Amino acid sequence: MVTAAPRPADRTVTRADVLAILEAVADPEIPTVSIVDLGMVLDVRRDTDGIAVELLPTFVGCPAQEVIRASVIDALAPLGEPVDVQFTWREPWTSDRISDRGRARLAASGFAPPAAPEDVRCPYCASDRVAMDSAFGPTQCRSLFYCRACRQPFEAFKPI
Amino acid sequence: MTGTVRLAPGASPAPADPATRDALVGLLLTMADDEFVSGFTDSEWTGIAPLLEEDVAISSISQDELGHARALYQLLAGVLDDGRDEDAIAYDREPDEYRHARLLDHERGDWASTIARRFLYELADEARLGSIGAGWPPLADLVGKLRREERYHRMHLVAWINRLATGGTDPRQRLEAALAELGPDATSVFTPLAGEQALIDAGVLTRSMADAEAAWRADLTTILVPLGLPLPPANSPAADGRTGHSAAFRWLWTEFTTVRHSEDGATW
Repeated sequence: MVTAAPRPADRTVTRADVLAILEAVADPEIPTVSIVDLGMVLDVRRDTDGIAVELLPTFVGCPAQEVIRASVIDALAPLGEPVDVQFTWREPWTSDRISDRGRARLAASGFAPPAAPEDVRCPYCASDRVAMDSAFGPTQCRSLFYCRACRQPFEAFKPI
Repeated sequence: MTGTVRLAPGASPAPADPATRDALVGLLLTMADDEFVSGFTDSEWTGIAPLLEEDVAISSISQDELGHARALYQLLAGVLDDGRDEDAIAYDREPDEYRHARLLDHERGDWASTIARRFLYELADEARLGSIGAGWPPLADLVGKLRREERYHRMHLVAWINRLATGGTDPRQRLEAALAELGPDATSVFTPLAGEQALIDAGVLTRSMADAEAAWRADLTTILVPLGLPLPPANSPAADGRTGHSAAFRWLWTEFTTVRHSEDGATW
């Protein structure tokens, strides 16, 4: 597939250009929410060496990290500049870093956004008649819940 | 470039003082080996845990612990700066070179035994993480992140200790037997570190392992005593609490090095 040039040739790449591209890079386990909305992008720097992106892993042992790193490099490749992507613990990722748009998209995908267990609502019917089945779910970042109103099991992001 | 996520080059430069550096190597190795061995031991439950939810939970916890080990081995690789990456440190050692605590040298055992071991270790690890100061920022930063995740492990284990202690004769007896067997080895997590005072002087540690052990014992008391369960004996950690490993660990080592040994240098 031929990708259109992402910018006019007569201007240099800005930080905003990079962030706009990263808006389209998703966590492979939650394809509807970008890494920007998940709050994983700590810093983007544009200097003479190229583009440096610092990412915060959601969970220390999350196996999606390498896929995300490769996706960022692929997405920025059309800019034609050296790209350096690093994960850092300099600041801890917390679930409070997820944007309002990110929370809305999580809910639309059937994942309750992070909240204290008593504040979790069913992402399908919005009922509060929900119960946590297990704090641990199929990925490190999610818990298992059941909605007694619409009788659907669902997953909720762990508040962390 | 291998297929693993790594920290930025120079992200964990060694402290300038040689005594502090050597002691830090010991601290990172013990922390990483503890998480690594407990993660692998408990991953043996995947597929055969007593309940589906617990199968998922213990697998997720094991994945967390292995991830923590990897992050700690990465910091260690930066300090050692001897050309080994985190995988080389994790997998290319002989069994006698691992420095995990004797508490984690036990075989997986039954579910009560796993819960008792994890409970004793998890609270000990919490006391240890609570002893890490700001003296070496790469570790302080990582520990800030680890503690957020370990909270979930604690909730899980305290719930299970309660459930087994109050769930009838058989689970109670199994839990008591497991605590009796593991209790004498529990203080091994607090085996004094070589150069501990240098770490305290440099602010890498805020207190000694002995003081961390006292905090752990106070924490255990609030949970075990109301349930009428015995505290681990107050024996001082043996000097060899992290060396001379069991046959159970040697078996586990053979398991977790199988892939590494099948093709040297393979990456995913």
